[in-house]
Amino acid sequence: MSVIELTLIILIGSYFAGLLGSLTGLGGGFIIIPLLTLLLHVDIHYAIGASLVSVIATSSGSAAAYVKEGITNMRLGMFLEIATTAGALAGAILAIYTPTHYIAILFGLILILSAIMSLRKKTRQITQHKSYLAQKLKLNSSYPTTDGMLEYGVSNVTGGFFMMLFAGVISGLIGIGSGALKVVAMDNIMRIPFKVSTTTSNFMIGVTAAASAVVYLQRGYIDPALSMPVVIGVLLGAITGSKILVQSTSSKWIRVIFSVIISVLAVQMIYKGVMGKI
Amino acid sequence: MNKLKDTDIQATIGWVLRTGVILSIAIVLFGGAVYIYRHGHDIANYSTFKDESDFAQLTGIINGILTFRGRAIIQGGIILLIATPIIRVAFSAIGFLFEKDYLYTGITLLVLLIIFISMLSGHTG
Repeated sequence: MSVIELTLIILIGSYFAGLLGSLTGLGGGFIIIPLLTLLLHVDIHYAIGASLVSVIATSSGSAAAYVKEGITNMRLGMFLEIATTAGALAGAILAIYTPTHYIAILFGLILILSAIMSLRKKTRQITQHKSYLAQKLKLNSSYPTTDGMLEYGVSNVTGGFFMMLFAGVISGLIGIGSGALKVVAMDNIMRIPFKVSTTTSNFMIGVTAAASAVVYLQRGYIDPALSMPVVIGVLLGAITGSKILVQSTSSKWIRVIFSVIISVLAVQMIYKGVMGKI
Repeated sequence: MNKLKDTDIQATIGWVLRTGVILSIAIVLFGGAVYIYRHGHDIANYSTFKDESDFAQLTGIINGILTFRGRAIIQGGIILLIATPIIRVAFSAIGFLFEKDYLYTGITLLVLLIIFISMLSGHTG
């Protein structure tokens, strides 16, 4: 295949990956990595490198918008970034020594887990419980809603911190934003309102990905010619996705379709990994 | 008072992120155009990882940009993109320092330190 053909195919594929990733909130990496490895037979290390770069672009772009709205809890994000960056560093180093077929299997498993997570019902929860650590770290905050500013508390800081460490390792190891895992940590463990947890998770994804991207970059895993169409495609797709999200309120069916696609890809990745074909 | 300062930091951070993304994507697009124009009809092969790190070290990238190589320009844009969230963290540290929130200045510096270690580990490992 010539460079121009490959670039166009990746550009179009990345556009749809970015679109679906933004509509479901899972991020573009979930489609990009299987697209590159399964369909185009790109080495998984290059695929992860390109995916990481696109993750930084989309999360930074949308974080810029969210931060202005004042929903993002910057102190909470900053504090948890200690865990995610340390994890991402460990994950990126681990990735260098992990055989590619194990990475493929792990990728498939995380993919399925995230698909299930994205189908979960989101209920608005507010805890007024203020734990000692959360108070010490000034994590309790408020965010704007239609009924004015709403105060919320943060519980189980330690548990959330360790879950973030794990999310960071996964992000560095398989090159995704692992937004689903971050949301689990903040929603289920730290009991933070859904809107705050998604925007704060998005805020952290860029730094987390950057921490492992610097390792991938120096290892030569970030190929400019391959990353170029991925970054541009995913970013344009994500922008389109955010425009659609504003217009339509019901995106339940998109999530269902996306979960089906993701499960098929996941099974393929696991199969190829087990057979040692990746 | 404290709240007002917080919104100042938020506005600055939003600006840093937006500018970084727009600038780096523009550079990537420009480098991509140069690369496609010159090498569009070459045969692409990414099926195996090749340990030729032409664009893995800063000196190689700078040399490439000076000789106007498309891929080096793209890589320059990608490095700026990776740097964007890191610059954001640095700005947060300054912001917390202005607020006299020394606990969070420390936490932010710790995050920067981890990223710095990450950079070094890629070099030596």
